[in-house]
Amino acid sequence: MEYKLPFKEYNTALRKNKLMGLKCKTCGAVTCPPKMACQECASLDTEVVQLSGKGKLVSFTTHYIAPLGRENELPYTVALVELDEGPWLLGNIVDFNPQKMSMELIGRAVSISGRVFPGDTFTAGPITRPVFNLE
Amino acid sequence: MRKVAVLGLGHTRFCFNSPKTQVEMLAEAATEAINDSNLQAKDIQSAHIGNCLGTLCEGQATVSQFALDDIGCPNIPAIRYEAACASGTVAVRDAVMWIASGYYDIVLVGGVEKATAMGTALATRAFCMGTDGRYEFGAGLTFPGYFALMTILYSQKYGIPLEKLKTQMAMVSVQSHEYGMKNPFGQIQQLISVDDVLKSPFVCTPLQLHDCCPFSDGAAAAVLCSEETARKISDKKPVYITGMGMATSGKMSSQYRYLPRIRARELAVEQAYKMAGIRPRDVDVCELHDCFSIASFISSENLGLFEPGKAPEAWERGEARVGGKIPINTSGGLKSKGHPIGATGVSQLCHITRQLRGECTDQGVQVDGAKIGLIDTLGGDGTICNLVLSSL
Repeated sequence: MEYKLPFKEYNTALRKNKLMGLKCKTCGAVTCPPKMACQECASLDTEVVQLSGKGKLVSFTTHYIAPLGRENELPYTVALVELDEGPWLLGNIVDFNPQKMSMELIGRAVSISGRVFPGDTFTAGPITRPVFNLE
Repeated sequence: MRKVAVLGLGHTRFCFNSPKTQVEMLAEAATEAINDSNLQAKDIQSAHIGNCLGTLCEGQATVSQFALDDIGCPNIPAIRYEAACASGTVAVRDAVMWIASGYYDIVLVGGVEKATAMGTALATRAFCMGTDGRYEFGAGLTFPGYFALMTILYSQKYGIPLEKLKTQMAMVSVQSHEYGMKNPFGQIQQLISVDDVLKSPFVCTPLQLHDCCPFSDGAAAAVLCSEETARKISDKKPVYITGMGMATSGKMSSQYRYLPRIRARELAVEQAYKMAGIRPRDVDVCELHDCFSIASFISSENLGLFEPGKAPEAWERGEARVGGKIPINTSGGLKSKGHPIGATGVSQLCHITRQLRGECTDQGVQVDGAKIGLIDTLGGDGTICNLVLSSL
């Protein structure tokens, strides 16, 4: 059985600022990033849907150390966002000074777009990462 | 199933920049474990070895077969287990089944890593391979980053102001260094203060350098055998592996229903407790996966040793110290003893075995009358492996 929304297709859509996910026809839950099965009930009966691209910030961390080859990104902020549709998504905050991130930002509304990480020796090509824009 | 005993133990010192290769470190620990069992290499029927980054740090795969050949034990099955930082524990769990089933009688378990050979930048990249490379590495998520995100979630969930929580986390590192000082195999033998932790450089906010375990080189090994064989050949106090559990989970974001709890750990330890026929309160001594200071709080709560949200106070009150309610990481833990990831689970096995044999007195960390010990190891986003050891 093939994936309904494989990494490549999710990745291409996110590059165009479209956040795609799976909606379960059995329990109604949304899975994003996509998997083979619904992440709530494991049903394989899902459909590909475009999500609102909105959510709220639940956690963040500013990195002062980087994996090999990504030192030029420092300091950078990684964040977890709860999507309006329910699931959590991990991405970056880029439009806010990473050194001024504070706990008051938890719960802030964000909108989601995509930005390309060109990849490194170990990745199989570029990866589009979610970017969270504070509203 | 047959009962499985721990016989001899072997352990190199954990360190930065080991002059030895992985094969050599593993061979040294393995030979020590075999000698300590009053056995010879030819008595070993199979070898189960944790090794995660051997290919990246030395360009060396199948470390286990070369090490076994070096120690005079060629041609036996030698298997490499990879479950990120839980590789060693997963190797032990599997080895136990080979003996319990009756297929083998005497096996070697071990683990080895040489992470510092990679340097910090490549080592950081290599550890990232335990996150989801498709959906989460793109954003630059690292493991300190993972536990930094967990720290914020923990602070929010249990209503502990971040500043207070960070001071409590610092106490975990301070305690680990105090015990690590006394461990002859320990990597960082240096006392630190809460102030030292809070003044150390930021790694991933809010985690600072002294909230994080080091990159490490080192190996650990042990010989396991059936109860019957142990009685026949060993004059050591018998220690048995009486409970085992393992569970996994997906990428960090897909664990959203439970974070900052790690559900896989709750499921794994439940299996281990059930198999051993014990409850959390029966545990006398515990080695848990303190890759980052906050991880000790999360782990001890998931293991049922403290109530959710209460571990920080427990450390503050000294309940995790020798003489406290449940002594935790009396080896110095990953933070101070070091964390050569493939070796970590086997190192935990060695330390708990010594605790249950009453052999930690010279080290000054003996838990009086300890009879039941718990081991907890986390690999990557979510392999959890737990072992219960018992001298009863």
